[in-house]
Formats: sequence, structure tokens, C-alpha cells
Amino acid sequence: MTTVVTADNRRTSSAQQVRTFVSRHASVMPTLAAVAVFVLLLVGAQAYFGNFLTPRNMSALLLDNAYLLILAVGMTFVILTAGIDLSVGSVMALTGILCAKLLADGLPAAVVVPATILVGSLIGALIGLLVQYFDVQPFIASLAGLFLARGLAFVVSLDSIRVEATSVLSLQTTRFRFGTGWYITPTGIMALLVVAIGALVLLYTRFGRTVYAVGGSEQSARLMGLNAARTKILVYVISGTCAGLAGLVLTAYSGAGYPRNGIGTELDVIAAVVIGGTLLSGGTGYVLGSMIGVFVYGTIKTVISFLGAEQSWTRIIVGLLLLLFIVIQRFIVFRSERPR
Amino acid sequence: MTRMMRHRLLWPSVCLVALIVLNTIARPQFISITLRDGELYGPLIDSLRQGAPLMLVALGMTVVIATRGIDLSVGAVMAVSGAVTLTIISGSGQPGSLGTVAFAITAGLVVAFGLGIWNGFLVAVLRIQPIIATLVLMLAGRGVALLITGGFIATVVSPPFKYLASGYLLGLPVAFIIAAAAVVLVAVVERRTALGVLTEAVGINPEASRLAGVRARGITFSAYVLSATLAGVAGLIYSSNIMAADANAAGYLIELYAILAVVLGGTSLMGGKFSIAGTVIGVLIIQTLNSTILFLGVPSAESPVFFAAVVILVVLIQAPRLHQLVRGQLDRQRSRTRDRRGDPEVVA
Repeated sequence: MTTVVTADNRRTSSAQQVRTFVSRHASVMPTLAAVAVFVLLLVGAQAYFGNFLTPRNMSALLLDNAYLLILAVGMTFVILTAGIDLSVGSVMALTGILCAKLLADGLPAAVVVPATILVGSLIGALIGLLVQYFDVQPFIASLAGLFLARGLAFVVSLDSIRVEATSVLSLQTTRFRFGTGWYITPTGIMALLVVAIGALVLLYTRFGRTVYAVGGSEQSARLMGLNAARTKILVYVISGTCAGLAGLVLTAYSGAGYPRNGIGTELDVIAAVVIGGTLLSGGTGYVLGSMIGVFVYGTIKTVISFLGAEQSWTRIIVGLLLLLFIVIQRFIVFRSERPR
Repeated sequence: MTRMMRHRLLWPSVCLVALIVLNTIARPQFISITLRDGELYGPLIDSLRQGAPLMLVALGMTVVIATRGIDLSVGAVMAVSGAVTLTIISGSGQPGSLGTVAFAITAGLVVAFGLGIWNGFLVAVLRIQPIIATLVLMLAGRGVALLITGGFIATVVSPPFKYLASGYLLGLPVAFIIAAAAVVLVAVVERRTALGVLTEAVGINPEASRLAGVRARGITFSAYVLSATLAGVAGLIYSSNIMAADANAAGYLIELYAILAVVLGGTSLMGGKFSIAGTVIGVLIIQTLNSTILFLGVPSAESPVFFAAVVILVVLIQAPRLHQLVRGQLDRQRSRTRDRRGDPEVVA
């Protein structure tokens, strides 16, 4: 009799523990959910196809989505301050085509690469200035950035330009092999480096903590004496710089610059960041979560091409997944707000 | 005079008039309207006809933005409604018969209406942020449209359907009449009943308006349904214009142009006060700018640069900080001239 009661007690207490854990770590929950979905996807695909979890396939998952990963890191910074950057896809196209054009004109890669990345930073700075000093909503300011970058990309060239410079191409063609069939290219290393730097900056630097503070409540952050204005401009510069780098990576990946690249990519990036557990209302989220979000996106794309189904299903499934995650987030936010 | 200067439609109207005047100076035939067989022709009429889809979409967007929301899915809804209608028409035995076309149009509109209910449900009932709730449909919608058309562009020959975009009624393009009718209808419903004021109340403070007895949920919900339905009509006109269902190009970037038109018209993205007349002016500015860019011989692919410049210019003109700067500058100048004028008197 007594044993039954204690067992019952223990069960309720463990349920209690789970509940406490969930409410205490509410901000990690969406990211954990993303990890769970990613693992489920991989396990499911492996069980269905039998040859999905191969080193080759997993390496390709990173390399095919390297540019998306870099964009997602920059976007995470912006969304953490409760902003949004719609310009990244177009800026990526602009820097990509600019890089290809300058290389075709015979400029050395040592000049071209920093210059193209700088163009991304400049457009980011323009958006940041509009947002911070002229009270333009991030949506509209980055929309102006989108139009500007897309138009400039077509001004640079209306057609695609092939890249002949081996220094840039080698970013993609060099393959470091290790283990049994695993490989990585410099573009993949760059993407992982960007993720690592982004995560460390957000976690351990004064600037990174200020980003979270501004996203949580801009007014409180300012009253605490944090430099909210500089932070808000810097996140757009970071996002623009990431977009510039992504343009370089994409150009190396495809071996050509094309002004129509990256149409709608900003939405894929936002979707990946949200799936990765970053709240669009700002203040909650992780760069590593965004990486998981990009991998979930990439895995869905791979599964669909494995199935031989139409690629239009990718967008539909990503849309539905996005819906699932925002409902989960809604639920978690709702629960963590209730006790107060 | 100061009241006129303060009127919020002043700057948008000035922009529009300036654009038209510039165009007319550059090429006098710009404002020429000719009557041929009782039908009006001319660059202005053309731009009104081609601007009909944008007008419809921007109209719905105005009401959504007034509730402090945003609807990114309008382009996708256009693609879906066009795909549904054209697939039904091309799949039927007689694509030219009026009954088939009427049925197909109804089906397309019902689907758009349903998508609006979906958006409204996510935003008003589940309370998901509008930008992300409509992003779901924006991502998925084009995929659905591609599946409906089977991935290739479905072309049809159907005179009754073609009438929607290319036909004339009472000397005016049918597409324009549809858009104008929608504008008048929405304006009358919003402004001649309390609905407009209630919508603004919801946009200014949803919680306060709910406590004051406004049915905020229903108003937000219906805004998204209206927006999607109007986007459905726009999708029909678009596909009737090219007589093909192009799931990728239909309504491409139209959500951004529509939001731009609304903002140009002086409605704030923060919700609340909205102006339908302002949106109409915004759409006309965009259409005129489009034809200006075409006339200048700029490749249409490069036109986004001009739009970027216009967007930046307009938001800067509206920015309170710039007003302060300019006012401060003017005050200083005025006091300086007063000082200078004052000096001789002191000497005397």
C-alpha cells in the first residue's frame, strides 16, 4: 500500500521536475524541438532509404547549404534585436555577380574578395542607419536594400558571368578528405567558422549580450546604459557582411555569378532561423539553433530529391514545418507568460 | 494653408503630379487619350489597366496594415487562384463557354477566400505574428500553385476569360473598372460605417479596443479574408492578361510593391490610421514610375534601383528626425538674418 503511494509520489514529482525544467529553460525548448525534428528526419530517411546517413551525403548537406548557413548567422543577429533583414538574398546576388565581374575584368582575387564583402557591409550599414536614425521600420528599410541590391546586380550584368580565377574556384574544388568518405571544402570551413564566431560573439562578448538585451526590451537596455543605437546598426552591418560572404561562397559553389540568384532566399533564411528556435519578437534564440534550422531545411530538400518528387514540395513542407514551429513557440511563450 | 500643408496626402499627391508633369514634358503624348470605336486608349489608360492587380492587392493590404498586420502571402494567393481557374478552364471540354469560365472564376475566388480564412485563423485565433503567419502561405502557396499546374505553364484560349483583362466596358478597360469598383466598395464600407474607425482602433491598441467592446478578433480575421479575396481577383486579372497560369511569375514581388504603395500613401506600418485615397495615389505613383523607367530606356531588370531610391527618399521625407533637423536649420537661419537686420538699427 505504502509502496504504491511512494511510486505515485515519485511519478508526480518527476512530472513536476519536467515541468519545472521546461518552464525554466523555456528559451531553449524551441531549439531542442528543432534538434528533435532534425534527428527524426535523419532517422526516418535512413530507415526509408537505407543509404541516407552516408558520410558523403552528410558532407554534401553542409556544403550545399554553406551559403544559407552564413546568411542564417547574420539573420539571427538581426532577428534577435526584433528586426528583420529582407535584403540578404539580393545582396548575395549582387556581391556574387560583382565578384565574378571584377574577376573577369582581371583584378586579383586578393582585391576582389574584400571589396565584394565590403559592398555587403555597406548595404547593411545603410539599412542600419535608416532603421536607427530615421525611425524607418526594419521591414521597409531592408526592402529598400532588397530593391537596391537587386537592381545594382542587374546593373553589373544582365547575364551570368563565369568565374575562371582558380583562387576563388579552389574554395569549392579543394577537398580535404578524412575518415571514410567524409570531406569538406574551404567554403564549408568558412561556413562553420562563421557559425562558431557568431555563437561565441553572442554568448561571450559585451556586444553579443547587448544584442539580447536590445531584443528583450530596447528601452530597458538603453536605460541600463547599453549602447542600443550602435548595436542596432551593427547587427545590420553583420547581416550585410554575412550576405557579402555568402555571395562569394555561392559564386565559388556554382562557378559563376548570376544576377537572379537568391530570389526568395531571404524567406528561406527567415524560415530556417525561426525553425531553429529564434523568436521573431526578439531576445530569444541561438546561432547554433539557426544552424540546425538550415540543416532541417537542407535535409528536407535532399529527401525530396531522393524521393524523386517535385521540388515544389520542398517549399510546401518547409511552410508546414514553419507553421508547426511557430505554434510550438506560441505555446511555450504563452505558458511562460502565464504565471506572471 | 497650414492645414493644407499638414494634410498627409500632400506629399504623395505632389510626388504623383510631379511625376506626371515630368513625363508630359519629356513626351507630350503621355497624357494624350484617344477615343477609338468608343474605347479609350493612351499611355495613362494603359497604366491604369496594368495597375489593376496592384490596386486590388494594395487595397486589401491597406486594411490588413491598418489592423497592425501585414500580408506577405498575396503574391502566392494570386498564383494559386490563377492556377485553379486556368486549370479548370483548360481541363474542361469547351474552354470558350461562358458557363465554364464563370464556374472556374468562382472556384478560383473560393480557393482565395479559403486561403484568407487560413491566414485569418493563424493571426486572429492562434495569435501568431502576422509577418510569420503569412510567410507560411507565401512559402507553401507557390509550391501548391506549381503542383496544380503540374510545373509547366498552362496556356488556354478562352475569349470570355480574356475579356477580364483586355475587354472594354463603357469605353474603359474592364480590369480598371473591377479595381475601381473594389476601391469604391471598400471605401464606402469602411468610411460610411463604423467599421473603418473600429479597424483603426484595433490597429492602434488591440487590447484596449477589445476591452472597449470592439470585436478585435473578428475585425482582424475579416481583414485577412478581404486581402486574400482581392488578391484572388488580382490573380484572375493577371492570368487573364497573359492567358496562362505561371505559378512562378504571377504576383512575383507584388506583396512588396503593395506594401510600398500603402506606405507611400501615408499609412504607417504600425497600424491604426489608414487612408484608402493615399493607397490609390501610392499605386498610381508606382505605375507612373514604372512607365517612366520604361520610357527612359532602362532595362526593366534594373528598375529596382529607382524604386530603392524612391523608397529611401519617401521614408526620409516622412522621418520625424529629418523634419527636426530641417526645422532647426531653418530657425537658425531665420535668427541669423534677424540679427543681421537688427545690427544697423543698434548702430543707429
